[in-house]
Amino acid sequence: MSEATITVTGLRKRFGTTQALDGMSFTVQPGQVTGFVGPNGAGKSTTMRIILGLDAPNAGSALIGGRPYSSLRRPLSRVGAVLDAGALQPSRSGRNHLLWLARSQGLPARRVDEVIALVGLGPAIRRKAGGYSLGMRQRLGIAAALLGDPPVLILDEPFNGMDPEGIVWLRGFLGSLAGEGRSVLVSSHLMGELQDTAGHLVIVGRGRVIADTSVAQLIAAASGDRVTLRTAERPSAVTALEHAGAVVTAAGPDTLTVSGLPAEKVVAILGASAVPFSEVSAHRATLEAAYLELTQEAVEYRAVAVGSPGARVMR
Amino acid sequence: MTAPALTSYRSAAPAGHDGFAQLLWAEWTKFRTVRGWIVGMMVAGLLTVGVGLLSHGECGSQASASAPVVTGGPACTSPLGPGGEAVTDGFYFVHRGMGSDGSITARVTSMTGSYSPDGVSTQDLKPGLQPWSKAGIIIKASASEGSAYAAMMVTGSHGVRMQWNFTGDAAGLGGAVSAASPRWLRLTRAGDTVTGYDSLDGTHWSVVGTVTLTGLPPTALAGLFAASPDYAVVTSRSAGGGSGSGGPSQATAAFDRVALRGARPAGAWTGTAVGGAPGGSYPVLGYRQSGGGLVVSGSGDISPVPPAGEGSVANTLVGAFAGLIAMVVVAAMFITAEYRRGLIRVTLAASPCRSRILAAKAIVVGSAAFVVALPAVVAATLIEEPLARSRGVFIDPVPVLTEVRVLAGTAALLAVAAVLALALGAVLRHSAVTVTAVIAVIVLPYFFAVPLALLPAGAADWLLRVTPAAGFAIQQPYPAYPQVTSAYTPGNGYYPLAPWAGFAVLCAWTALTLGLAMYLLRRRDA
Repeated sequence: MSEATITVTGLRKRFGTTQALDGMSFTVQPGQVTGFVGPNGAGKSTTMRIILGLDAPNAGSALIGGRPYSSLRRPLSRVGAVLDAGALQPSRSGRNHLLWLARSQGLPARRVDEVIALVGLGPAIRRKAGGYSLGMRQRLGIAAALLGDPPVLILDEPFNGMDPEGIVWLRGFLGSLAGEGRSVLVSSHLMGELQDTAGHLVIVGRGRVIADTSVAQLIAAASGDRVTLRTAERPSAVTALEHAGAVVTAAGPDTLTVSGLPAEKVVAILGASAVPFSEVSAHRATLEAAYLELTQEAVEYRAVAVGSPGARVMR
Repeated sequence: MTAPALTSYRSAAPAGHDGFAQLLWAEWTKFRTVRGWIVGMMVAGLLTVGVGLLSHGECGSQASASAPVVTGGPACTSPLGPGGEAVTDGFYFVHRGMGSDGSITARVTSMTGSYSPDGVSTQDLKPGLQPWSKAGIIIKASASEGSAYAAMMVTGSHGVRMQWNFTGDAAGLGGAVSAASPRWLRLTRAGDTVTGYDSLDGTHWSVVGTVTLTGLPPTALAGLFAASPDYAVVTSRSAGGGSGSGGPSQATAAFDRVALRGARPAGAWTGTAVGGAPGGSYPVLGYRQSGGGLVVSGSGDISPVPPAGEGSVANTLVGAFAGLIAMVVVAAMFITAEYRRGLIRVTLAASPCRSRILAAKAIVVGSAAFVVALPAVVAATLIEEPLARSRGVFIDPVPVLTEVRVLAGTAALLAVAAVLALALGAVLRHSAVTVTAVIAVIVLPYFFAVPLALLPAGAADWLLRVTPAAGFAIQQPYPAYPQVTSAYTPGNGYYPLAPWAGFAVLCAWTALTLGLAMYLLRRRDA
């Protein structure tokens, strides 16, 4: 195990009557961005707070490089985190926010200016943080997380409030940080934000892991063994394919979805039956669709939980 | 699962350090980078200096020069005792000269008195002694007010006492004097040293005290005296001190077996009303020979004047109370603002050892409060005492060490109160609730007991003993004299607990709250 590995084992956490975490277990490996995805209230933020030693679990453990966060020396050089971009004193400037954090780790003021440049925050950094946009706060939070140049980054909903330009920047930035061999754990309740960013996904619902998989595997599993067919002669296509044992459903006026046959076989059958077609492609599910399929159950749960007393603490 | 990188990231940056010094530096950086807090501290300093300027009594509003019992304002002029303190020195003195070696002995066979309950009429006198009515023998440098003296006396209800130079007081035999139970009193002088004795039978003598009267002239006065302080009832307490009703009183004592050794020059007894004639409307002041003895009647008192109002250095420090309010608000915000914004999680993630964070915050906010408060209280004293003196107010001097204790203690009081507010903030985690709580435990008890004086004296004293407001006792500049009945109220700068005891109560509360805060911070989810 490297010192950048996050190991979460059997976390349980109860807030009043709400079981926020119910046996949460997963591992975050260095070298890739791990998406931590689930509907609001699935326990993502709680898990992150426990990893950072802020909340105590009722059971289970969360270790960084095999050690609990609270035992880390110079913790900001081991783990950088942004739990809440709004966690700022509004009347303190962004630079001074970074400065006191740097002081707490014995880091020089020079490091503050380095991270400010790294996240692309300009002269506004010397203004009061209360006037920052959410996107600027996110950048400031990321700058704070990078102060100690840590091998582990934990970001809770970092895309929130970012403009499209910022989202593109952050995706690339996180990718490059992971490429340097860091563990990067990024939570989101919107799978779309993590498309093209995360290499690995930990999908959670109801306080536990639903799926712990690479993005490629998830999409393959959700896509199934299906082929999309475009043809102007739907009836003859359906007849030919069903005769060959496929299940065919209409997906549009000139589109069919075929399951049970690989694409090359579909092409061969259509060719043999002389049915004209304009396109045959392997069906590819979107990450969003795959995710929704997995979390449907958890979303239903959320609809119940929102009205319960413990809902306040869930994110 | 995609294969992760085999080697994880290692920073090339030089490693920092996260000891307690770094934490202190971080908390100080936090504190100084919020302009509102720095401004708040400056305001606290200005209030400390400025509020005292607003509270001026009129010179001479004191009821009577010889009546320290009910004080409403500063004295304009006052005789000073050998220690430089304001004194009352008014009594009837029957004296002869005495050389530097000698003694005086007398037996007191009775002591009676009368007083005017309303202070107006001397027609409707009531019989009775005041607790500190006094009559006995005295050796005094001269008949002028404030000169050095040592005296042995019987008192209205405090038995035999030896008193000297206004502030000194020692107890002798107890009980009331009567013809059946007389008291023998003796003073012997050897140079500057005077020793007081008492006896029940004139044969067996006990030493009550030995005192050195620096600068006692070779020929001093020795003789008999009688005095009786004003009858007074303190009926309420107000900002300036107290109000009440009262009037002059008088005491008459019968002496026999009077023996003066070392008389110089030889001569007859001479009667002098020292300090003019307080309660001069009494027709019976004076002395007369009676059989083999003397009967002396006097009014007034020989005592220090407990400084009050503008005549007290405590008066220049009332602004510290306003400064304290501003400081506790800043100190509470120093922690509650972090809870409000969720910033506490950033703090705790940077320094997972939670107790150390509170310790660092306490040191930062306490030091800042002290550093602001000390120059402020010194400035208040330097500005306001000359101003008061320029209006003719006499301010009782205090010893240097007492002055240091009052000034540094007041700054420490503000610092500890700030730490208390911080600790409460960590417990309560909410700005408004914390400020309200601090106001309730330290400001309100003081406010009700001192400037407003809304509470009965007993309740106010109780509050100033057990609440954190007890810490204000560190500001008491003068001792409360047990031998002087006066309005020893917090408003006049007198507290129910001794200065360090009161301060210790505040410190105990603060330590307790800080301990609770550390326990909760470790135990609670952030």
